[in-house]
Amino acid sequence: MQLSNLLAGKNELAEEAWVALRECAPVVLGVVPFGITCGIMGLTAKMSGVETISMSVIVFAGASQFIGITMLGAGITSWGIIILTTLLVNMRHLIMGSSLAPYMIELPFPLQALLAFLMTDETYALTICRIHKVRYSALYQLIVSTAFYLVWVLSTVAGVVLASYISDPLTWGLDFAMPATFLVLLIPLLANRISLIVFGAAAVVSVFAALYLPGKWYIIIACLTASLIGGLLEGDGEHA
Amino acid sequence: MRSEVFYIILGMTLVTYFTRIGALALFRFTGVPTWINRWLKYVPVAILTALIVPSLLLPKGYLDISLNNHYLIAGIVAAFVAYKSRNIIATLGIGMSIMFVLKLF
Repeated sequence: MQLSNLLAGKNELAEEAWVALRECAPVVLGVVPFGITCGIMGLTAKMSGVETISMSVIVFAGASQFIGITMLGAGITSWGIIILTTLLVNMRHLIMGSSLAPYMIELPFPLQALLAFLMTDETYALTICRIHKVRYSALYQLIVSTAFYLVWVLSTVAGVVLASYISDPLTWGLDFAMPATFLVLLIPLLANRISLIVFGAAAVVSVFAALYLPGKWYIIIACLTASLIGGLLEGDGEHA
Repeated sequence: MRSEVFYIILGMTLVTYFTRIGALALFRFTGVPTWINRWLKYVPVAILTALIVPSLLLPKGYLDISLNNHYLIAGIVAAFVAYKSRNIIATLGIGMSIMFVLKLF
């Protein structure tokens, strides 16, 4: 009786693991070109292969890695701007974290800490879908997140290897990889009126600030101004 | 590894981890306050725009709205491809090919 319960439990876990692998496969494959681009951009920005790969290993946050690499490539080696921008870009994790908090709070702390490290937009979305469809499962979240992490790191390595065979990346237009990558991320977000206004505000402020302010402060100033405008408009909309 | 790069990567790691574990610690009982939620919703659009637009309009540090600005031309085409395809490989491929071709002339 006990043995069969145990076996049934094991089957359930195996089933959950299988579902997790199956559901994350398309998302995980989708990140491969981004990881390769990240590796190529690292070398294009004159970072070493080890620097580029260790960023993927310990930071593990696509958008902010692209931004950090771009800034390092532009010759910014002062902390402040890169770290502050990274913080701003990743603040959205707070929202995701707080929506998972009621479930994750039950887990042992080391597991919470690990799952938090591995949390990304994509794995968060998969985990929330699983919660809505069935229930929260730490095993599901762990498998999906680990798969995503491994593929991100390995595809960064692939990008670094690929880029090391290209003698002068700039002649191949590789410095255009950054704006092109950001365009692919940005355009799906411009789906409503407020987003378009935020886009316009950020465009105008960033160009003027880039003309008249030193360094890369225009990024932070434009980001703060435009996102606050968006937040205020969103607030008004709710009152009306 | 250069030490200043190492410290930057380490700093990025720490602030990123703070945002990931932060909600579990800070807002575990209350949820994120509404005003933060509204504000953060538009941070991605704002920051991506602030990165893209100046890099296309001022690639060399001064405002350059002309046909000589290859970044601007390739950027407009890439934006169109990104809008139509939503595909990173197509956008990168076409955008970089245009950059490459323009540099030949």
